[in-house]
Amino acid sequence: MHPAHENHGGHHPMLQHHFFNMGQQLEASILGMWVFLVTEVMFFGGLFMAYLLYRTLYPAAWLAGSHELNEVLGGLNTVVLICSSLTMALAVRAAQVGARMAQIVNIILTMGFGTTFLVVKYYEYAAKFEHHLVPGAHFDPTREPAQQLYFSLYFMMTGIHALHMVVGLGIMAWILYGAWKGHFNAEYFAPVEIAGLYWHFVDIVWIFLFPLLYLIGKHQ
Amino acid sequence: MNHAVNEPRSYLDAPYGVASWLLTKDHKRIALLYLISITVFFLIGALFAAGIRAELMTPEGDLFTADMYNKLFTLHGVVMVFFFLIPSIPATLGNFLVPIMCGAKDLAFPKINLLSWYLYLIGATLTLGAVFMGGVDTGWTFYTPYSSMASNTNVTLAAVGVFIAGFSSILTGFNFVVTIHRMRAPGLTWFRMPLFLWAMYATSLVMILGTPVVAITLLMVGAEAALGFGIFDPRVGGDPVLFQHLFWFYSHPAVYIMILPGMGVISELVAAVSRKQIFGYSFVAYSSLAIAIIGFLVWGHHMFVSSQSIYAGLVFSIITMIVAVPSAVKTFNWTATLYRGSITWESPTYWVIGFIGLFLVGGLTGLFLGAMGLDVHLHDTYFVVAHFHYIMVGGGVMAFLGGVHFWWPKMTGRTYPETLGKISAVLVFVGFNLTFLPQFVVGYLGMPRRYHAYPEEFQILNVVSTGGASVLGIGYLLIIGYLVASMFKPRNATANPWGATGLEWDIPSPPTTFNFEIDPVVTEDAYNYAGRAQKTGDN
Amino acid sequence: MQSTFPLFPQAASSVASEVDLLYFFILAVSAFFAILVSALVVFFAVKYRRRHPDEVGHDIHGSIALELLWCVIPFVLAMVMFFWGASLYFTLARPPADAMDIFVVGKQWMWKVQHPSGVREINELHVPIGRPVRITLGSEDVLHDYYIPAFRVKMDAVPGKLTTMWFTATKVGTYHIFCAEYCGTQHSGMIGQVIAMEPQDYEAWIGGGRTTGTAVENGERLFTTMACITCHKTDTSGRGPILSDVFGSTVDLQDGRQVVADENYLRESIMNPQAKVVREFQPIMPTFQGTLSEENLLQLIAYIKTLKAPQ
Repeated sequence: MHPAHENHGGHHPMLQHHFFNMGQQLEASILGMWVFLVTEVMFFGGLFMAYLLYRTLYPAAWLAGSHELNEVLGGLNTVVLICSSLTMALAVRAAQVGARMAQIVNIILTMGFGTTFLVVKYYEYAAKFEHHLVPGAHFDPTREPAQQLYFSLYFMMTGIHALHMVVGLGIMAWILYGAWKGHFNAEYFAPVEIAGLYWHFVDIVWIFLFPLLYLIGKHQ
Repeated sequence: MNHAVNEPRSYLDAPYGVASWLLTKDHKRIALLYLISITVFFLIGALFAAGIRAELMTPEGDLFTADMYNKLFTLHGVVMVFFFLIPSIPATLGNFLVPIMCGAKDLAFPKINLLSWYLYLIGATLTLGAVFMGGVDTGWTFYTPYSSMASNTNVTLAAVGVFIAGFSSILTGFNFVVTIHRMRAPGLTWFRMPLFLWAMYATSLVMILGTPVVAITLLMVGAEAALGFGIFDPRVGGDPVLFQHLFWFYSHPAVYIMILPGMGVISELVAAVSRKQIFGYSFVAYSSLAIAIIGFLVWGHHMFVSSQSIYAGLVFSIITMIVAVPSAVKTFNWTATLYRGSITWESPTYWVIGFIGLFLVGGLTGLFLGAMGLDVHLHDTYFVVAHFHYIMVGGGVMAFLGGVHFWWPKMTGRTYPETLGKISAVLVFVGFNLTFLPQFVVGYLGMPRRYHAYPEEFQILNVVSTGGASVLGIGYLLIIGYLVASMFKPRNATANPWGATGLEWDIPSPPTTFNFEIDPVVTEDAYNYAGRAQKTGDN
Repeated sequence: MQSTFPLFPQAASSVASEVDLLYFFILAVSAFFAILVSALVVFFAVKYRRRHPDEVGHDIHGSIALELLWCVIPFVLAMVMFFWGASLYFTLARPPADAMDIFVVGKQWMWKVQHPSGVREINELHVPIGRPVRITLGSEDVLHDYYIPAFRVKMDAVPGKLTTMWFTATKVGTYHIFCAEYCGTQHSGMIGQVIAMEPQDYEAWIGGGRTTGTAVENGERLFTTMACITCHKTDTSGRGPILSDVFGSTVDLQDGRQVVADENYLRESIMNPQAKVVREFQPIMPTFQGTLSEENLLQLIAYIKTLKAPQ
C-alpha cells in the first residue's frame, strides 16, 4: 500500500489533490498509459485479424499488391522511426535528470523525424492514387478483385497509423512547451515518460506494418 | 490536515453554478451528469420500444411502414445498448462509488472522466443526428453487406456516433482499472474490497479489451459505406462472416459489461439487506473475473447458422456452457447469503428478489441457445429476443434500479417514499414477465425477430406482450416520477439509512467534495456485520 | 395452416422431435433450478426477516464443500447439454448421401427455388415426404436465412459462398418459410410455404411444372455459351484444367497448397479465378463476377458435378 499520511504540508506544485504523493501520481499515470496502449493493441488487432484471414485466403493478391509498394521508401521510413525512438528515449532521460536543453533538442529531433515520416508517406499515397490502386470506383479494373482487399487494408492500417503519428506530433508539441518552461525534473517527469511510451508504441506498430505490407515475397 | 476552518459543504452545493457542473472534475457530479443523460436516452429508447410493441399488436404491418418499423427497432437497439445499458451502472453508480469504496478522493484521472462524459454526449448527438436525418435501418448489429452496401440510410453517421461513444466507455474502464490498482486506501487489500469493486474491475477489463475491436470494425464498415473500400464486400472476395466475428468479439462480452456491474450491485445489496457477510466471498469475486475472461471466448455462439465451421462451433458451444457455471455460482452464493440473515423488507429487498428471479430465467434460457442443435431452431427468433431482454433488462436494469434505490439517499441526501419504491418494483417485475415470457413461446413457435408483419396465429401472444410492456412502462415512469419529486424536498437522509457497512456509509449523505475529511484506513473485511455488532455489544 | 392460438410448433421433419426432446430436457432442468432457487430466496427472506432494527445476520463465511457442489453439478449438466446439442447439430450439418438436391437463391425479397428436374418456383417449396432433401443456398445480395420452423432447420444464405442444409419431411402439410436474417425493408415479407406432399403427388406436381430444362442441362448450355468449353477441354490440349471428376477431388494449387474441390471451391474458381490457381496452369481465366447470376452458377456447378472421365 501507499505511504499515506505524509507530505500533505509541502505539496509539490504538480501534485493533484486526489493523490497522496508524487510517487502514487507517477505510478498511476504510467499504469494508465499502459492500459491505454492495451486498448490500442486491440484496436489495431481487428485490422491484423482481417489481414491474417485475407492473406491466407488470397496469397496471390497479397503478393501482387505488395509488389506495388515501394520498399525503399518504406525502409527509409522504418529507419526514420527507429531514430525517432532513440531521440524520444533520450528526451525522457533528459527529463528524468532535469536537463532542460537536452529535452528541448531531443523533442525537436523527434518531431523532425515524425514529420519526415509523414512527408514520405504523403509521396507514397500520391503514387497509389496515380496508379489507380485506391479501392473503390477508380480501382484498376484489370487487377484481380481481391487486390482491393489488400489495398483497403493497406490504407486502413497505414492511414490509422499515420493518424497516430499526427496525434503524437501534437503531444510532442505540448511536451516541448512544458520542457521550454522547465516543468520537468527528477521529481516530475510523468508527462514526458507517458508521451514516450505512446511514441514508442506507434513506432512498434510500424515495425509490424512494414514487413507485413511491403516485404511479401521479397526474399525470392 | 484534519478539519478545515469552515464546515465542508456537500458536493451538491459547492461550488455553485451551471459552469461548475459542466466543467466539474468531481466523480460524483459526473455520475449525476451521466445519470441524467442516460435517463434521457432510456426514455428515447423506450419510446422506440413503445412504437415496436404498438405495431406488433396486429399481424398486419399497419401502424408504420416497413421502413419506419425497421428504423424503430434499429434505433431502439442502438440507443438502449450503446447509450443506456453500457454506461448505465458503470458511469453512474460506478463513477459515484468506485473512488469512495476505494477510500480515494476521486478517480485517478478526473479530467479524463469528464472527457468521457463529453465523448458520450458527442456520440449520442451524432447518433440522434442520424435519427433526424432519416434514421438507420440496419439493426443495432450493423451486419454487412447490408449495412455497407445495401442500406441507403445514415449508417456512417450512426457508426461514427457509436465509435465515439465507445471511447467514452473505454475511458471509464481505463479510469476504474487504474483507480482500483493504485488508489486504494491503506489496508484495503484486494480481498477486503467490496464485491462491487471486483465487478467493476472485471467490467473495466471487458471495456478495455473489447471496445477497441468494435471501434475498428465500425470504422471498416464506415470506410466501406462512405469511401467504397471493400473489406467485407463479397464482390471483391471479402467475407461478411468476418464482420460477424469481429462484431461479436466485442458485442458478446458487451453483454457482460451490462450484467457484471448488476451482479456487483446485487452482491452489495444482498449483504446489506441481510446484514451478513457474503457467502463464499472469494468465489463471488473470482467468478466475476472468470465471466469476464471466459466471456471473451464464446462469441461464435451467435453464429451457429452463419456458415462458420462446425468445429469452431463446437468450441464456442462448450465454452458457452462453461461460462454458465460462474453465473450459477454467484446465484447460489446470493441465495446462501440470505440463509440465517437478518433480512429487511425495505424496497431494496424487492429489487434483489426481482433481480434473482429474472436473472435466473435469463441465464437458464441461455443454455437453450448454447446447445447447438437447439440453437439452429431458436437462432434469430423471439426466443433470443426474450432471452437477452431477461439478461439485460431483467438482470441489468433491475440491478441498476435496485442500486439507484439503495444509494439514492447517499447520492442526493434525500429519501423516496418507501411504499412507492415497493410498488414500482412489483410493477416492473410483473410487467417485465408479462412482456417477455410470451416471447419465449412465440419464439419456439418460430416467429423471427425484426418482423414488421407476422402470421396471424402469433397475435394473441404478441398482444399479451404489448400489454405487459404498458405495465412495465408505468413502473418505470413511476420511479422517475418519485425520484425526481424527491429532489424538490429538503434533505432528510441520514449518513447510513440501511445500517450497512462500507466506506460510503461512513461519510455524510450527500458526501463532501473530497469524500473523506480524514483519509480512511481499512482494518477489516467487507461486510463485517457480525464483527461490528460484536464491537457495539462490547462498548 | 395451424390452429389460431398454438403454443407449440408442429413437428413435421425427422429431426423435429429430437430437437423438441432436447428442448424439454433443458426446460426441465431449468425449471427445477429456477423454482428451487426462487423458492429458497423467498423462503429465507420470510423466515429470516429482521425482527428488531439492530439485528444482524449470523456470521457465516462460506463452505468449500457447498461451493464445489454447485460448481460441479451445473458443470456436469451443462456438459450433458453440450454433447446432446452438438450431436444433434452434427446430424443437422451432414446430409445423407442419397439426398435430393434443391437449389435455393435468396434475393431481396424473395426465395427462388429450382428442383433437380428444372422446375422452378418462387417463395414456395414443394417436397416429397420421407425423402431427404438437401438445400444448397446462395444469396444474390445481402445475408438472408432460410428457416422452416416446422422442420426445426435454418441456415444463412451468405453472399459470396454457398451453404447447405437438409431435412426429411415426415408429415403432409403446408408450413411456414421465414427469412430469419434481417435483410432490409421487406424482410418480414420474404416468407413462403413449404408444401410437403406424398411422393407420388410430388412426382405429379413436378411433371406438371413448366421447365426450361433441368439444372444440369442448363449448366451444360451455359458451359458452352460462356465459352468455358474453349479452355476446359476433355483432353490436355486445353489452357485450363480438365474438369472431369474434379468434384470431390483434391486439387494441387500453384502456391503448394491443396484444396478439396467442393461447391464453394468451384464457385470461387468461377467468380474469383485468381484466388486458387491450379498448379501448372496460368492465371488467365477472367472473372465471371457480375456476368453469372447465383442461379446460373448453381446450374454450372450442377453440370460440373456430373462430368466424369470416360472409362
